[in-house]
Amino acid sequence: MPRLVSHPDEVKVVSKRFGQGAANIDKYIELGGYEAIRKCLAQGPDWVIEEMKASNLRGRGGAGFPTGMKWSFVPKQSAKPKYVLINGDESEPGTCKDHLIFLHDPHSVIEGTIIAGLAIGSKMGFIYLRGEYRYLLEIMEKAVADAYAKGFLGKNIFGTDTEFQIITQSGAGAYEVGEESALMESLEGKRGVPRIKPPFPAVVGLYGGPTVINNAETIATVPHVINMGGTAFAAIGSPRNGGTRLFGISGHIERPGVYELPMGYNLKKMIYDVAGGVRGGRTLKAVVPGGSSTPVLLPEEIENLGMDFDQVGKAGSMLGSGGVVVIDDQTCIVEFALRTISFYQHESCGWCIPCREGTDWLKKSLTRFHAGFGTAKDIDNIRYLAENMMGRTFCPLGDAAAMPTLGFVKKFRKEFEDHLDGKPCPFAKHGAPELTIV
Amino acid sequence: MADVTFTVDGKKLTAPAGTLLIEACRKAGIEIPAFCYYPGLSLQAACRMCVVRQEKVPKLQTACTTTVAEGQVFTTDSPEIAQARKATIELLLGNHPLDCPVCDAGGECELQDMTFKYGAGESLMVDAKRHREEQQWSPAVFYDRPRCILCYRCTRVCGEGMDVWALGVQNRGVTSVISPDGGDQLDCEQCGMCIDICPVGALTSGSYRYKTRPWEMNHVSTVCTHCADGCKVTLGIRQSTNGAEIIRADNRDKSGINGDFLCAKGRFGFDFVENPERLTAPLVRNHEGKLEPTTWEHAFRVAGAKLKEIRDTRGGAAIGVIGSNRTTNEENYLLQKFARTVLRTSNIDHERTTDYVSFARAMAGHPGKSASLRDISAAPAILLIGGDPTAEHPLLAWTIRTNVRLNRARLYVANETQIKLERQAKAALRLPAGGYASLTKFLSRTDSKINDPAFRDALLAEENLVVIFGAEFRGSGVDELVNWGLSRPNVRFAYLGDYSNSRGAADMGLLPDRLPGYVPVSTHDAFADEYPGMPHTIGLNQPQMLSSAAGGSLQALLIIGANPLEIDTFDPASLKGKFVVVTDMFLTQTAAVADVVFPAASLYEKTGTVTNTYGDIQLVRKAADTPGIKPDFEILVKLAASMDTNVKSLVPFGKTGVKVDLGQSRGAQMGEADRHAIWLTAQGLEPRVSPFDPLAILDEIERLVPSYKLDRVNLFGGNDIHTEPGFVPVSALTSSGPDVVRPSHNGLFTSGTLGRYSKGIADLQRHQAEVKQEAVAG
Amino acid sequence: MTAETMSIFSPKVAARFDALVEKYPVRRSALVPMLLYAQDEIGYLSDAVIAEVAQRIGITELDVRNVATYYSMLRFKPAGKYNVQVCTNISCMLRGAYDVFEKFQEELGIGHKGVTSDGVFSLEEVECIGACCWAPAIQVNYDFHDDLTPESVSGILAQYRQKSEGQNNA
Ligand SMILES: Cc1cc2nc3c(=O)[nH]c(=O)nc-3n(C[C@H](O)[C@H](O)[C@H](O)COP(=O)(O)O)c2cc1C
Ligand code: SF4
Ligand code: FES
Repeated sequence: MPRLVSHPDEVKVVSKRFGQGAANIDKYIELGGYEAIRKCLAQGPDWVIEEMKASNLRGRGGAGFPTGMKWSFVPKQSAKPKYVLINGDESEPGTCKDHLIFLHDPHSVIEGTIIAGLAIGSKMGFIYLRGEYRYLLEIMEKAVADAYAKGFLGKNIFGTDTEFQIITQSGAGAYEVGEESALMESLEGKRGVPRIKPPFPAVVGLYGGPTVINNAETIATVPHVINMGGTAFAAIGSPRNGGTRLFGISGHIERPGVYELPMGYNLKKMIYDVAGGVRGGRTLKAVVPGGSSTPVLLPEEIENLGMDFDQVGKAGSMLGSGGVVVIDDQTCIVEFALRTISFYQHESCGWCIPCREGTDWLKKSLTRFHAGFGTAKDIDNIRYLAENMMGRTFCPLGDAAAMPTLGFVKKFRKEFEDHLDGKPCPFAKHGAPELTIV
Repeated sequence: MADVTFTVDGKKLTAPAGTLLIEACRKAGIEIPAFCYYPGLSLQAACRMCVVRQEKVPKLQTACTTTVAEGQVFTTDSPEIAQARKATIELLLGNHPLDCPVCDAGGECELQDMTFKYGAGESLMVDAKRHREEQQWSPAVFYDRPRCILCYRCTRVCGEGMDVWALGVQNRGVTSVISPDGGDQLDCEQCGMCIDICPVGALTSGSYRYKTRPWEMNHVSTVCTHCADGCKVTLGIRQSTNGAEIIRADNRDKSGINGDFLCAKGRFGFDFVENPERLTAPLVRNHEGKLEPTTWEHAFRVAGAKLKEIRDTRGGAAIGVIGSNRTTNEENYLLQKFARTVLRTSNIDHERTTDYVSFARAMAGHPGKSASLRDISAAPAILLIGGDPTAEHPLLAWTIRTNVRLNRARLYVANETQIKLERQAKAALRLPAGGYASLTKFLSRTDSKINDPAFRDALLAEENLVVIFGAEFRGSGVDELVNWGLSRPNVRFAYLGDYSNSRGAADMGLLPDRLPGYVPVSTHDAFADEYPGMPHTIGLNQPQMLSSAAGGSLQALLIIGANPLEIDTFDPASLKGKFVVVTDMFLTQTAAVADVVFPAASLYEKTGTVTNTYGDIQLVRKAADTPGIKPDFEILVKLAASMDTNVKSLVPFGKTGVKVDLGQSRGAQMGEADRHAIWLTAQGLEPRVSPFDPLAILDEIERLVPSYKLDRVNLFGGNDIHTEPGFVPVSALTSSGPDVVRPSHNGLFTSGTLGRYSKGIADLQRHQAEVKQEAVAG
Repeated sequence: MTAETMSIFSPKVAARFDALVEKYPVRRSALVPMLLYAQDEIGYLSDAVIAEVAQRIGITELDVRNVATYYSMLRFKPAGKYNVQVCTNISCMLRGAYDVFEKFQEELGIGHKGVTSDGVFSLEEVECIGACCWAPAIQVNYDFHDDLTPESVSGILAQYRQKSEGQNNA
């Protein structure tokens, strides 16, 4: 069972019911659940969207798009049914926060989904979980069934004449399906290849109908925004970055875990105070701030870094999915870069040339490089290829692979050079990792 | 959509709003490279070659998905864009084998061309490339994954274009492959569209691979000889030790009524030309009763003398003439003229697959009511009655599907059985057995046997309709249907027959009761002047000729490119004692009983014109050459000469009809003749160099057959020209024995007698039978 | 003969599939979960599974294969009864996932995608399974095991071996 952690600096909003048995619907209600939706039903869709806008809640899936604004893009009138789609594909390495939400607070996802549906005028929501999360899917399915039994879902929710249905869905192993348009394809029973945009999902989405897609954490936050009021929620965070966020800290850290901290919380404090510092008292070498696709940061770059979308962006990386990966000084960056690119090579859907071929090429070069057969020209080639993938691919997965690679090569060029000319990896305990995944 | 103005590379361009930028640029002559974009197929944005910069947009945009709007500003050519394209090619080349020297596509490979253009020549990749063994999916299709760039053209043309969906994409990322539906086998229509659409050498053709290099071929554009749709086809020709050999067939230049479409027969069915069973010398029956190779001179002498003798002693009516569905208009015209003026017989016919005579009669006096294939490709609504175009008229099926897909045309199908095209239909009417007879009544609301008012209401609401029907309607049935349509505004018709020049055979008067242009033989007008001595009585039709030859008064048969004995339940022995002359490519059942057999050229070995079943005339150009053969045109001229006929009266060579003289009469030098030829072609006039030039007779055809108004510039430019069937005075025509009509029902892998001599087609047929059997066995 | 009597799935799963295809606005949406559930029961996506799923959804077998081969959890050859999936992605790697993976290889005597001769276990190196903060983590079929060390490997295997034997004896 995933271990829960806690720290005094935490501001528990989304995680406040964690560990309290809120997967049980009665317990959830006892803890104030399904109040927000009643409020929304009374106030109406426009009010909901205004509250969401005021909250400065930005998408927790990675891109950080303001949720209220996203909802407001959905046309009021539509010939085709509108849908709400919850993205629980959580596959970005370093990220396991939605895992805890599904486990401890599934009803918050349901409640958030109903609210989103109300806001955009949809009658049907889908909650998509990655295939590996089977036990969590079962928890979600039970929660949905309980919500139906209570009349919170169905033809007349909460005794009103509003209809809302929820369907849970399982993936079957594909990171790319986390990309919103690939997610819709997968839900339509197809290969998880993204769609051409425009049109955007808010206009033409699932089954051709206008669709709002939100990350599970984003949607689980929604009831809290409604309960506390948009402005109050916004006040917790930093400018333009409302509220709190579930940060997962992993890697070489003393107390790894998922911590809920206000947006803008200092990264150095997060590592050293909240999570207990680098494991075994070692020295910090680098930090990946927001999941494996975000460029690595050096210790000196995190000194005054507030963890919100704008500040991390300014520092040359991204807040992403909030998965902080801590790397100590005994780690080989080439190996780390190789393991990172291997993932993207494995997960590239293969649709477009730059991503499909670029990830494969980078993986091959880095594999050889790490084995000690690299040349100085390889370093330039890796950089050249990664730069030429950036912004040229069909969907952001190509960027997600190129960005961290560029970061590693630029910031650790010396370490790459140390691998040249048949030199064995200075850090390797047992040679090169055997990358068996193809 | 309203026009918008936008700027590309500093040039102001105008196009309808919503036009794809790549199309707008191409029209304006601005080349944008693309692998995955293919006009008419769904958009992919997968190859990223078409990237351009749009002002005020942060990322490069794909021109293949960007639609133009007022005021936009684009750059399509800059160092940044060139670099992006170069990098994409470099990335592709990382895994792409550089086996260009042995690759079929070498020399006509889009990847090669782009590499050349964007200068990604230096190989950055030092690691091993991914390898996968090549697969053979069918006799026609081979797949080499390492060469595949995953542009998804093949899967789209198979699915969207052919509606076959036999190709898929499997696996993910760099392990993605194109996969056929039968596991490692293709179970499909074997059209080979996927091979030609492939921009690289990943999909190669079983019949072409490793045969030659593209630059070693000459390319001749002509017309397919198989079905009545008349696809334009480009034949790749290579000089061989004994002539010129056809190496492949395609229509990659997308010219002609079929665009880049060809079916399996058109693409792989040309190899009958080099079948070893091909006749290459004339045969004459010797004293022992055996056919024996001989010289042309001897064969002509024997045939000419005997025909002349029979004509002179028994009269022309003792001779019967059977023509072909595959010979050119010029040959057909010449044949009937030869029959009527040299043999002096009206006994002339051909194997009729549909009742063009009745169609012509019904359409007579109603110009503008017949639909060309181009009309069908743009018709807002189509009523398809009977038949199964997917198998019998592949190009028609393609045209209808394309029209439905791209223009949202509405297709209505009325058929006694379910056909595949119903998948594209807005509505389908299932007719009871024998229901075609009631259909016109149903459409005119006077019949109660068919009950589907919704279908009729939808159909009658159409304001502009093309009605396509075939041999299910004959005689008065054709009149009724056509009259129903003519009573409504904007209804046009297409009538389906079966072979590449069946329509031309009928149009040119290979009929016992019709002269060219369906003029009754009894008519004494222009023809009487031009055809001195022709009989004005109605002759025997094909079945009558055969039975008369077997037991009656007919003494001789001249059979040109036809095999009537195969189709008739006919005892060949009964022809004993009768004189039979046959021209053919092979020793068919009919040729086998002949007294004289002339080895004939196929449609790919001659020049002339053919008319498809829609009435579209196209130019046939000589592509291949087989030693020892002659075109039927030349055979007829020489046969006439051997009967002491003045050739000039047969072919207007040096007669009044000839407007130009190439200088032979003045003893012009070679160079002068060549210059004349160039000038004539430029003027749209055909050079007539000898009486064997079939085009020498075009003027005469034009003069006598008013519907054959041939715009020479277009014709010689390789374009199709539509003819009108309805030029004959209505009163002049009566029905012409619909009972002699026998549809051939050739399918995707059959083509009358000819198909069996194509190894390519036979292999495909066998392959399809095998995969179907495997599928049943599980 | 009804579809059920023809089915290669147990009545329970067949009934579930009957319901699943009706659940969505579009039948085809059932495809991906259906393939996974089918695999759970049959062990892998055999030709027969693909044929039946294609027929239930109303699409071609090629279409089913196009989709199925995209998803990495779906397999076309049998795996062990207990499929051990070791995550070696960054968070797990940093905390010793390769040692754990190596230990599994040693204990089971098989490598990546291998199956033990008794068919009880198979082993796979997998990408991130969403347990980064409890790394290194593995999944045995759908069960998560986290905070592992090479030392915990034999205990985990013993647990499943016992389960397997218990089931065999029952
Ligand atoms: C390659 C790729 C993978 C992604 N994976 C996920 C994911 O696993 N979960 C998720 O919520 N969003 C993921 N996203 C982001 C989604 O596309 C989308 O932006 C998000 O679900 C929107 O929700 P939000 O606005 O609530 O963040 C991914 C994006 C890309 C490009
Ligand atoms: S057989 Fe017919 S459809 Fe096929 S290529 Fe020839 S003319 Fe075209
Ligand atoms: S042509 Fe535009 S991406 Fe391929």
